[in-house]
Amino acid sequence: MLIIQSIEKGIVIDHITAGMGAKILNYLDIDTSKHTIAFIMNADSKKHGRKDVIKIKDVVDIDLADLGLIDPSATVNIIENHKVVRKIKLEIPKTVVNIIRCKNPRCVTSVEFNAPHIFHLVDAEEREYRCEYCDDIVSMKGDFKNEILHKGRPRYKPCE
Amino acid sequence: MLRGRSILEPGDLSKEEFEEVFELAEKIMKDPAAYTHACDGKLLATLFYEPSTRTRLSFEAAMLRMGGQVIGFSEAGTSSVTKGESIADTVRTIACYADIVAMRHHKEGAPRIGTFAADIPLINAGDGGHQHPTQTLTDLLTILLMKGGFDNLTVGFCGDLKFGRTVHSLMKALTMYSGVRFMLISPEELVIPDYIRKEVLDKNNIEYKELRRLEEAIGKLDILYMTRVQKERFFNEEDYVRLKDSYILDQEKMSMARDDMIVLHPLPRVNEIAPEVDRDPRAVYFKQARYGMYVRMALIMKLLGVDDVSGERVVN
Repeated sequence: MLIIQSIEKGIVIDHITAGMGAKILNYLDIDTSKHTIAFIMNADSKKHGRKDVIKIKDVVDIDLADLGLIDPSATVNIIENHKVVRKIKLEIPKTVVNIIRCKNPRCVTSVEFNAPHIFHLVDAEEREYRCEYCDDIVSMKGDFKNEILHKGRPRYKPCE
Repeated sequence: MLRGRSILEPGDLSKEEFEEVFELAEKIMKDPAAYTHACDGKLLATLFYEPSTRTRLSFEAAMLRMGGQVIGFSEAGTSSVTKGESIADTVRTIACYADIVAMRHHKEGAPRIGTFAADIPLINAGDGGHQHPTQTLTDLLTILLMKGGFDNLTVGFCGDLKFGRTVHSLMKALTMYSGVRFMLISPEELVIPDYIRKEVLDKNNIEYKELRRLEEAIGKLDILYMTRVQKERFFNEEDYVRLKDSYILDQEKMSMARDDMIVLHPLPRVNEIAPEVDRDPRAVYFKQARYGMYVRMALIMKLLGVDDVSGERVVN
């Protein structure tokens, strides 16, 4: 049995689809930070059999829309005084701005660098999104999702 | 009410609005002299980042025939694009001078950037292999005048269905009408994009069949929409050379078609229609080019809010 200490204040991202935890850590860009983080892979799960879990100390605000896009089955628990004060079930966002990068080389976003990258959900089951500009469809399922996610902006805020 | 709106794709117009534009275009065709001052004092900016003959000249002719004026550029090389100016900044600047913009760009979705940057009406005059709504207005007006309506038509699209923006726009518009069926004739490499299949055909339960040979379809068609395999859309010259002459419509193939079938083509054509077909009364692609100017006159009037639906002489 693996025992991980509870955190006094922070966030627990639970019920992450097994294998997706590393991608979420990497996406949040928190893996290089100085925060105390516990990352559990392939933990037992009553619901899914296996799951990943991430605990981040002293962070209470993360971009939930982004997380919903990567793994809508995950839940986010806000912890204060060692207790869950809020439980958030993630949803697949209807529209995302500056999260997915259009991979169509003919899309105007490949040359107009200040244009916001806007995508609209077209198929929730397949997690497919349509580019606002060129209508190209990308699926958030599969292994290429790291290539289409924008990087370089903060995805979380530390506690004040 | 179309006044002040931008038209980037056929979905930006309702079925009723399409009909309004056609009604006005037909009035203009019958009595062009009544509209020679409809756009007095108005300025159209034509921002053509990609070469064009028919579309740019028909926009310009449309505006000039209505008493308006035209500014703009016909290739990116003569604009500040060469200095690295963004599309957004170019449109924002032009909007300080002009009342309406027609924009063509080789990148898909470029006109959308323009609508984010400025609040004057902007017409997509073709964006890469994506959409070309005023060609669709032209195509639909031609079909209306030649066939009397749109319901229950079997339309064959032949050639480059992947990068053919006129094909994407026309398919999208035709889904508004009942009983429309499509026969999609293309090489495997140039089939329709996924978003057209899912968002246009499947979503609207359109009956369609994909074929590789024109001969298998031509006898069943009311309309044959031929397209050019576009060299400018290929990253690889070899692919273009291999696919460019996939389909050539000649008199032999026309002999398999029905007497009332019509042949449309957005032009320019290269080899895909043999010149001998031009003499066939079913070939209406040059008429189509003429209707393009009238339909653009009607659209400009509608977007500028200077139209007079009563058909009376327009007095500003």
